[in-house]
Amino acid sequence: MRESIQKLGAVTIFFGQILAALPRAALSRPRLVVAQIHNAGTVSLILIMICGFFVGMVLGLQGYDSLSRFSAEDSLGTLSALSLFKELGPVVTALLFAGRAGTAMTSEIGLMRATDQLSAMEMMAVDPIERVVLPRFLGGVIAMPLLVAIFNAVGITGTYAIGVSVMGVDSGVFWSQLLTTVDLSDVAEGIFKSVVFGIAASLLAVFEGYTCTPTAEGVGAATTRTVVSTAVSILVLDYLITAALI
Amino acid sequence: MPGAAADYIVEIEGLGFSRGARPILDDLSFGIRRGEVTAIMGPSGTGKTTLLRLITGQLEPERGVIRVDGRIVNELSRRELYELRRGIGMLFQQGALLTDYDVFENVAFPLREHTNLPDRMIRQVVLTKLHAVGLRGAARMMPSELSGGMARRVALARAIVMDPKLLIYDEPFAGLDPIALGVVLRLIRNMNDALGITSIVVSHDVAQTAAVADRSFILADGKVVASGTPEQLRTHDSGFVQQFMHGLADGPVPFHYPASDYSEHLLSRRES
Repeated sequence: MRESIQKLGAVTIFFGQILAALPRAALSRPRLVVAQIHNAGTVSLILIMICGFFVGMVLGLQGYDSLSRFSAEDSLGTLSALSLFKELGPVVTALLFAGRAGTAMTSEIGLMRATDQLSAMEMMAVDPIERVVLPRFLGGVIAMPLLVAIFNAVGITGTYAIGVSVMGVDSGVFWSQLLTTVDLSDVAEGIFKSVVFGIAASLLAVFEGYTCTPTAEGVGAATTRTVVSTAVSILVLDYLITAALI
Repeated sequence: MPGAAADYIVEIEGLGFSRGARPILDDLSFGIRRGEVTAIMGPSGTGKTTLLRLITGQLEPERGVIRVDGRIVNELSRRELYELRRGIGMLFQQGALLTDYDVFENVAFPLREHTNLPDRMIRQVVLTKLHAVGLRGAARMMPSELSGGMARRVALARAIVMDPKLLIYDEPFAGLDPIALGVVLRLIRNMNDALGITSIVVSHDVAQTAAVADRSFILADGKVVASGTPEQLRTHDSGFVQQFMHGLADGPVPFHYPASDYSEHLLSRRES
């Protein structure tokens, strides 16, 4: 318990350092940020699309099975869209992001620590938080909502493929129900969650890498901690945000 | 400390530092003269690298004062410390090259970060520095393609690219083959004399360090136990200095780490 509180304090201080470096770095290093959006986005993209499609197909099967008990199969599009926009999209994308891009960030920064590259930067009067940590953090924060949007789009396509092509739900009804029932506030909730999860997942990934023990074992342990602590944080934050918004 | 303060680029007074309960440096005092190659030697684990990190402000001392170029390092703000570091080049044990960049970009890194020089000018400066270390032809190689000696020479080119006043080498000879070692030795001496800078070499390689240093300090138990020219140290009357300089297996520093009685230990049932 004490360790958890200490870690929370350390992460908060680290977040403060990142925010303090934000105005300088965002203006002076836009290319680095763009490169990291590309990095964080592309490494996760295929994974996100594959998983999104299968999650959408499962929603199609389970949703059809449940809804057909109430003769409400026509609402399959709505069920899928609300589930994806409000919950599954942000949560599953954040978990996949932590496993793919997050671990890559942690191990990259951790290896830089282990091979004295961060110390060398410090000695060259270059702030590693500004040069290494912040671009990766921002890249993750910006990439996450984009990945969530792709996950949702592919997920709905997966539900459509099962619901309409296999189960025989009418295509027009599928889309019209979805468009009339889903509000902008539902989409906004998902976007808000994706930004918060993007901050949490990216912050924990760079924090674990930056503070890892500078050994091969230390980098490995930090990478594992990134996945575990991000998963727990995302689920706790998801509950808190959902409770606050409902 | 003899001589005027201006003669010294680094002055250390009453420096104390520990890791946990274990004292590393204890009431350490000495100065490093401008323009010389100064060696800091001592057995492994005596705090040589820690001392370098204290001098460069990467660690904070518990007690004492460290002055670099007249400024007290442990009282500087982060911005002032970075300003000071622009005048210091440091060569890390394994080179610490940025693995995402090629040799050219590694050497250009400090220039790109701290100056607004046009690309053409940066190219000329970088090629000049790479030529000085004999690696102009390796400009487009990646760090993973370099041998240990080449990596250290690239790191040296990067360390001098901002024309520092003080150049610090942390174990520059570790793991080098005889040819690479000879090249690095020659570069340390030549860079110091040609650029008119001050060099600090931290090492436990007595022969190599003695060949290049104007003056040496030997650290043990957190203190300076001997200092002088390599010749003075070789004929020093301290048993420890004799053991260290001549590489004797036994002496004041025992071969065996302190342990319980050998026969009792072998016969005991406990694992450790």
